[in-house]
Amino acid sequence: MLSNIGNTLLSLNILIGISIIYFSFKNLNNSKTLIGKKIYHLCLFQSTFIIICFLTLVSAFIVSDFSIITVYQNSHSLKPFLYKISGTWGNHEGSLLLWAIILTIFSFFFLFYNKYHPKNYRIYSLIIQNILILGFLFFLLFNSNPFSMVSPTPKEGLGLNPILQDPALAIHPPLLYVGFVGSSIYFSAAMASLITNYSGKLFAQSIKNWVLISWSFQTLGILAGSIWAYYELGWGGFWFWDPVENASLLPWFAMSALLHSLIVLEKRNLLYFWVIILCLLTFILSVTGTFLVRSGILNSVHTFANDPSRGLYILIFLSLMIFASVLLFFSKFKNNSYNLNSNSKETFILINNWFMIFYLITVLLGTVYPIFTEVLTDHKVSVGPPFYNAVIIPIVVIFLFFMSVGPRIKWIKNKFYNLNLLFKILIASIFINFFIIYLFQGYSLMSNFIIISALFLVFASLMDLYKSLKKQNIELPRVISHLAFGFLILFIGLNYNFSIEKDFNLKVGEKKVFENYSIEFQNLKLEDFKNYKAVIGEFNISKSDENLNQSLYPEIRIYEKPSTITYEASIRSDLLKDYYITMSNIDRSEYYNIKFQKKPFMMWIWISVIFISLGGFLRFFKNAKKYY
Amino acid sequence: MQKNIIKLSIISLIIFIIGVFFIGLNKSSIYDTKDLVGQKITNIQLDHFSENRIITGEDLKKNNFTLINFWASWCAPCRDEHAMLLKLNNDEKNLKILGVNFKDKKNNALKFLKDLGDPYDDIARDEFGKYSINFGIYGIPESILINKDLIIIKKFIGPISKDDYNFIKQIVRKQ
Repeated sequence: MLSNIGNTLLSLNILIGISIIYFSFKNLNNSKTLIGKKIYHLCLFQSTFIIICFLTLVSAFIVSDFSIITVYQNSHSLKPFLYKISGTWGNHEGSLLLWAIILTIFSFFFLFYNKYHPKNYRIYSLIIQNILILGFLFFLLFNSNPFSMVSPTPKEGLGLNPILQDPALAIHPPLLYVGFVGSSIYFSAAMASLITNYSGKLFAQSIKNWVLISWSFQTLGILAGSIWAYYELGWGGFWFWDPVENASLLPWFAMSALLHSLIVLEKRNLLYFWVIILCLLTFILSVTGTFLVRSGILNSVHTFANDPSRGLYILIFLSLMIFASVLLFFSKFKNNSYNLNSNSKETFILINNWFMIFYLITVLLGTVYPIFTEVLTDHKVSVGPPFYNAVIIPIVVIFLFFMSVGPRIKWIKNKFYNLNLLFKILIASIFINFFIIYLFQGYSLMSNFIIISALFLVFASLMDLYKSLKKQNIELPRVISHLAFGFLILFIGLNYNFSIEKDFNLKVGEKKVFENYSIEFQNLKLEDFKNYKAVIGEFNISKSDENLNQSLYPEIRIYEKPSTITYEASIRSDLLKDYYITMSNIDRSEYYNIKFQKKPFMMWIWISVIFISLGGFLRFFKNAKKYY
Repeated sequence: MQKNIIKLSIISLIIFIIGVFFIGLNKSSIYDTKDLVGQKITNIQLDHFSENRIITGEDLKKNNFTLINFWASWCAPCRDEHAMLLKLNNDEKNLKILGVNFKDKKNNALKFLKDLGDPYDDIARDEFGKYSINFGIYGIPESILINKDLIIIKKFIGPISKDDYNFIKQIVRKQ
C-alpha cells in the first residue's frame, strides 16, 4: 500500500515537473511582467507532494513495512525509534529522495522569495532547476526506486548497519544535503543569469542568501560527520582525508570562495564571470562527489551496495550538466579587464579565492588520482594524509596571515596599513607561541608557524570583535566566522602536537603504567541490550602528578541484525581534553588490545566549527531582515 | 584564435576526465573482499623475500593448494595464528604456504621467524603494502586459500582460528 502511494506520488511529481517547464516557457512568451498564478500553484503542489512522498517512506520505516525492499534491507522491527527514522536516509534510495526534496523546496522558495527580480530570470532559474529535479526523479523511479516491493513479504528486516546507528550520523545527511544539494539553486540561477544577461549587483543579491544558507549547513554537516567518525570509527582522529570526506569538502571550498567573491560583485560590480564559474562549479562538484562515492569507483564507508548502472546514470547526468554549463558559459563570456588596485579589499578577496581554489585542486587531485593511475597505468595507489598535510599545511600559514589582514583593507584603494598594530599582534602571537612551547614541550618548526599564524588571526579578529561590539560598523557575522576559523586551526595545531597515543595489551586486573599515567583494567562484564549484546570493560585512569581518577567503559558490541561487531570508544571529555579508550579482543586469549589516547582541546575544535557556521547563519538572518 | 584554443583544451580536458571516470566505472576493483571467493587471482607479482626474483602466478600453479598469508613481525594477532600455520605446514603435504611479509623491516621479520619457527614454503616481501592491495587486503593478518587454477576458495580475515584450520584441512585432503 505505502509502496503504491510512494510510486504514485513520484510519478505525479514527474508530471508536475514537466508541466512547470511547459507553463514556464509559455509564460516567457507573454508580455505580462508577473509570473502566472498557475506556476506558483504547481510549485506548491510539487513541494507538498514530494514531502508527502518522503513522509510515506518514513512511515514505512516506522511501521516496519518489510514489503518494501529499502525498508527490508535497512531496518529491523527492534531498532530504536530514532534510527528507524534516520534509516530512511541511511541508504542509497532514501537519500536520493532527500536530494529530490531539497531540490524541490529550494526551487519553490527561490521562486517565492525573489519577487523583485525580473520575470525572465526567475522563470529560467525555475526551468533549469526543474530539469535537475526531473533528472533525479527519473533516476529515483527507474533505477533507485525506494518503493520497490519484495515478494513474499519477509517477516523481519536485515537491520541498519550498526555503525550508522548514532545520533550525529542521524542528522549528518540532512544537514549536508541542505548544503550541497542547496547549491543546485545557484547553479540554476547562474545558468538563468547567463541566458537572460541578468548580471551584476542585483544578481548577486538574488543568490547570496542561498549561498550563505547552503554554506552554513554544509559546514555543520561536515562537522556532524567528523564527530561521528571520532566517536564511532574508533581511530581517535576526526579527519582522515577519506574520499568521502573530501567529497564534502570540495563543494565547501567552492562555496567559501563564492561567498567571498559575491561580496565583490555586490559592492563593486566586478568579477561577474568568476562568480558564475564558482556557482556552476559548486553544484558540479557536489554531483561529482556523489558520483565518486555512490558509483563504487572509490571505496569508502559511504559506498552502498555497488551497482555500476547507478554510477553510469550519475555520470551521464553529470556530463550533460557540465557540457550544458560550459557551452553556455563560453557563448556568453566576454573578456572584461578588471582594474584592481593591489591594495584594496577586492584584491584581498581575490587572494582568498586563489587559496580556496588551490585547496580545491589539491584535494580534488588527491581524491581522483587513484582512479586515474588505475585506469591509465593499471597501478593501484592510495593517496593518504601525508600528501594532504605536506601540501596544505604550509599554505595554511600564509592563508591565515592574509585572512587577518584582508578584512581591514578598504574598498577600491586603501590608503595605509595599520602596520603598527599588526606588528604588535604578531609580536604577541610569537610570544604566546613560545609560552605554549614552554608550558608543554617543543614541536616542529612548521607547527610553530601554524600556531603563530592562527594566533595572529585570532587576535586580529578579537580586535575586530571589540570594535564591532562598540558598534563601529564592523560586520559581526564575518568577525565571528573568521575568529572561529583562527581558533579552529589553533586547536587543531595544539591537538595534533600534544596528543598522547599508546597501544598495549592487558587482561583483567592488570595495570599499565607509562609516563605519569596508570591505566588499570578493573572489570569486564557482558550485558544484553535491545538490539545488541555488549562486552563492557572498566578502566581506571590515574595520573601521579594530578588528582586524576577517571573510569572509562569501552565496549565491544555484537549486533545480530545484521550480525556485526563494532568497537565503541569510551570518551571522557572536558573543556581541556578528551580521554579516549578503545578495546578489542585478541582471539583465544584473555588479553585485550587497548588503545589509549589523550586528545587536548577536542571540544574546542567542534565548538570552533559551530561558530564558523554560526557566522553564516547570522549574516543570513541579517540579510533576510533587510530584503524580505 | 587564442580564445578558441583555450576553449578547446578545456572541453578536451573535461572529455578526458569523464572518459577516465567511465572506464573506471567498468573496471573491476577487487577491494571488496566479500565477492572475492570464486574469483581468479590475476596479475600476481611479488618480490621474493631473500632471493632476487619475482614470485608470479606460474609459481603458485605448481602447488595443489596455496595459502597466501599476510603477516608482519609487529602484528600481535599474527603471533597468535603462527602455531596453526606451523601445524598446517607440517601436516598437509598438499598445501604450500606463501607468506607475504607486509610493511615490515627485514631484520624484525627474520627474528620473528627465528623465534617462533618458519611455517612458510616461500616468503615474499611487500615492504610498502603496495602489492597486497591487489589481493584486497585491509589489515593483517589475512590469508587467502587458492587452488592450482588460482581460484580463491576462501578468504580469512583476522588470525587463522581452529575452525579455519579444520576447514583448510578438509579442503586440501579432499584431493
